[in-house]
Amino acid sequence: MPIVSSPHLHGGDSIRLTMMSVILALLPASLMAIYLFGWLAVFIITTSMATCMLAEWLCLRCMGRSTKAVWDGSAALTGLLLALTLPPTLPWWMVVLGSIFAIVLGKQVYGGLGFNLFNPALSARVILLISFPLQMTTWIVPMGDARAVVDLYDIAVAWSLFWSGPEAIGHTLDAITMASPLGHVKTEWTVGVGVTDALVHYNYSYLDAFLGFEAGSLGETSAMALLVGGIYLLARHTITWHIPFAYLATVALLAAVFNAIDAERFAPPMFHLLAGGLMLCAFFMATDPVSSPVTPLGRLFFGMGCGILTWCIRTFGGYPEGAMFAVLLMNCAVPLIDHYCRPRVYGHSVDRDAGS
Amino acid sequence: MPALLKRLGQVLGWMPAGFFGGIEVPDRKLTAHEPIRECPVPDVLILPMKQHIGEQCHPCVHIGDHVLKGQKIAATEGYMAAPVHAPVAGKVVKIEEHRIAHPSGLGLPCIFIEPDGSDGEHRYEPWADWETRDPAELRERVRECGIVGLGGAVFPTFIKLVRDQHHPINTLILNGIECEPYLTTDHRLMLEHADEIVRGLSILRYMVGARECVIAIEDNKQDAVEVMRQAVVRASLTGVRVIAMPTRYPQGSEKQLIESITGKQVPAGKLPVHIGVLCQNVATARAVYHAIEHGRALTERVVTVSGEAMPRPGNLRIPFGAPVRFVLAQCGLEDLDGVHVLHGGPMMGERLRSVDVPVVKATNGLLALHEEQIHGLNAEEQPCIHCGHCGEVCPIRLVPNLLADHCRNDAFERAEAYQLFDCIECGCCSYVCPSSIPLVHYFRYGKGQLAQIRRAETFAEESRRRSEARERRLAREREAKQARRRARKASTPAQAEDGEG
Amino acid sequence: MHVLIAVASLGGFALIAGLLLSLAQKKFRVEGDPMVEKIDAVLPQTQCGQCGYPGCKPYAEAVARGEADINHCVPGGERTMHQLADLMGVEPKPLAEEPTAPMVAFIREDDCIGCTLCIKACPVDAIVGAPKQYHTVIADYCTGCTLCVEPCPVDCIDMLLKPELIEHWAWPLPETERARIGRERKGSHARAA
Repeated sequence: MPIVSSPHLHGGDSIRLTMMSVILALLPASLMAIYLFGWLAVFIITTSMATCMLAEWLCLRCMGRSTKAVWDGSAALTGLLLALTLPPTLPWWMVVLGSIFAIVLGKQVYGGLGFNLFNPALSARVILLISFPLQMTTWIVPMGDARAVVDLYDIAVAWSLFWSGPEAIGHTLDAITMASPLGHVKTEWTVGVGVTDALVHYNYSYLDAFLGFEAGSLGETSAMALLVGGIYLLARHTITWHIPFAYLATVALLAAVFNAIDAERFAPPMFHLLAGGLMLCAFFMATDPVSSPVTPLGRLFFGMGCGILTWCIRTFGGYPEGAMFAVLLMNCAVPLIDHYCRPRVYGHSVDRDAGS
Repeated sequence: MPALLKRLGQVLGWMPAGFFGGIEVPDRKLTAHEPIRECPVPDVLILPMKQHIGEQCHPCVHIGDHVLKGQKIAATEGYMAAPVHAPVAGKVVKIEEHRIAHPSGLGLPCIFIEPDGSDGEHRYEPWADWETRDPAELRERVRECGIVGLGGAVFPTFIKLVRDQHHPINTLILNGIECEPYLTTDHRLMLEHADEIVRGLSILRYMVGARECVIAIEDNKQDAVEVMRQAVVRASLTGVRVIAMPTRYPQGSEKQLIESITGKQVPAGKLPVHIGVLCQNVATARAVYHAIEHGRALTERVVTVSGEAMPRPGNLRIPFGAPVRFVLAQCGLEDLDGVHVLHGGPMMGERLRSVDVPVVKATNGLLALHEEQIHGLNAEEQPCIHCGHCGEVCPIRLVPNLLADHCRNDAFERAEAYQLFDCIECGCCSYVCPSSIPLVHYFRYGKGQLAQIRRAETFAEESRRRSEARERRLAREREAKQARRRARKASTPAQAEDGEG
Repeated sequence: MHVLIAVASLGGFALIAGLLLSLAQKKFRVEGDPMVEKIDAVLPQTQCGQCGYPGCKPYAEAVARGEADINHCVPGGERTMHQLADLMGVEPKPLAEEPTAPMVAFIREDDCIGCTLCIKACPVDAIVGAPKQYHTVIADYCTGCTLCVEPCPVDCIDMLLKPELIEHWAWPLPETERARIGRERKGSHARAA
């Protein structure tokens, strides 16, 4: 009989419960994605999740580890997160490739769950973005928008689009797509059109952006659905408020200050908050426990860093969207942040040495 | 400002109690309504020579001696120690090493006493007039009676009862929190012996000269709060508050309770006395009352014998030295198949590897649990996912997951820099860990290894000193030898010359 | 003329710099070899000679000179080897010999003839006794080096396992799969502190 240490009781929390709660929290966003992008969303989400779990099983098998870990929900969650960051028109094989990247290069090469430095879903998305820049920045017109030309609720049409590309349904890619608000503002600025005009041209409305009726990745468009999920996670105490708060507040603050300085050059704060992958990153990507700091102070710094980087990349960078790069860059800093942001231990004075 | 933040934290739920972190544990107080009952005297009592924190005692009786109840059988040599007394009258049958309740399964020298059924009792002079006596005299009595902290830490009580003009005691806290699941000894004592506890409180207060007294009870024991309030009124004491604290584990830990009540933290490496606080358990206060007013040494205690696998759980008054197997049999538990016995509460107590160990001063509970209730035996440790829950509940504000990594990787110096030795092993981190990592176990491993490293370093230093002293001595001897040789050489030719001349 | 000025000024600089350097050498002179002291400080000081050198200091000197390998200290075990590797800036390597459990010498007094040979052999003066009297090992000082066993003419010295004290007992690592994997990985390449 092994020597077991106290405590002998346990609160009953487990990795699987944690992962399942995050998956549950992503349910509104997933449903919204299905509403907006019809069967395409269903195909991409199921393909991605299934491939991730399969890749996980194969990796564990090859490494001689217990394959029970496939069922802990972490691979499924990675698959779901990845799917929600993908553009709806992505062909099936890129989805499969991305899922394999996420599990193999994003997670298992580091030693599996708990050891990855970067968020697996985000790293896979970046690999895809670099490898397939065109497909990864092509957004389809969502259902419910007057400009929509393809009936994505028709399973046969959606399947052809997913399996063989737009030519199979008699369209060119250009005909069924539109720019995302972030991309639109960015391209307009390069030809000398200011933010206000660009948004008017785009027919942009905050309500649509909040509800999700705009071009974008599957699960990123609807800020509302993501907020509902995020609040559930906060209430269930799966995540703490530090990272989302610091992240969103930093972006909003930077945007507000610079928008006040020059409203033509810098987009307003609400636009930033509702655009692109910010909400998804703030509540689900940056808070991925494995690749974020553990101490409260560290989490605040981490969120702030993500916010600053996101705003900078969006405003000055080459890509229209910077949230995922920001989170990945901050992931590198996590061990350092953790080491220097330890709380003041009970009974120790504040000016204690930061440790070795 | 910090007080305001704390208040805000309590309202918003970050800090439900007056201390940081902590968890809600299941209550499981199966024996809260069981009156304290007497445990019969077993055939033989086994008394370990160390039942406290500090130095071991030495037997002051011999094999074959007849001892009285309450007679001192083991005396202290060092300062930090508490003597041991015979719990019953009887004969000393042997003095040898015997297994004690310790995770190692190792033993300590023990005195075995066979009760002879007589009721001969040794008592010190009862001091009903303690208010006229010198506190130092009372303190000596507390030490002589072998009183230690009965909350579970078994720290010799007299050491804390100093009157020091540099650190006057302002607040005397009587700890009736009992935050561990299952345990109800303090609860029952407060219900049944409230007046004795309050008398003990008065004595303690007189000894240290505390102005303010607080009797702290968790609000899951409202009946005890009521009874204690009435007892304080009966004793017509002033400056004594009985307060109901929000229930939260580990509020009964001294440092956390002090933070809860005074808002102050005990500085690292210091004692509560350094911030003018004295904290004593209610059972200890009662033992002090018995020692002073009745001259009775500490020879028995109330133990909660409980757990789902215990047929007849209850609160038993047990003489020290009674074998655990005997005590369990009194509660109907004889078949130990698939049953695990915990010594202490489920959060900080240890699983007994054998029930052939004696009840000691530290025994506040004996819990029989089914195998599937012992988490450590059923769960597989999984990788840390850095959720940070452990840090959120740690009342010391450590970063348990990183600390455990350092311990697991034998990076002990790093672990020490992360304040490993401030860990109180309350178990909150392990309790909430979704990966079932036995964090406390890693901390204990780290602490043990560091202690061994320190011992080895001290020993190496001593050996080096001795080795160098020897080198110097040998060099001196060689020197002396050569000097003698030179002296002889110098004198030999002279003698030859003398001979020739 | 210009050449002369250049030569003179450069020469002057050189002279001042040289003076400063020689002064610095005098002022900051390091007595002895600090490396030997540092190495000696991490050795367990059992003076057992199991490394092939007549004591801890000689082994430290040999390691500092680069003559001896870092993995020969048997009582120091894994930890000492890692510390030496750190000090010398070399890769850790497996121990040359398996570490043994700590021992302590014990003299069977009935057989002892009081010859004092063991007293002379003990490197830490842990044996007391006078000629023609029983000798005794002071267990608290004995380093378990076994150097006294060989010289004894009547073979009355036994090496016993050091008794396990409850105060010195240390918790082992949890017996979980994770801890086991960590242990194995540590054995192969991780550094101990």
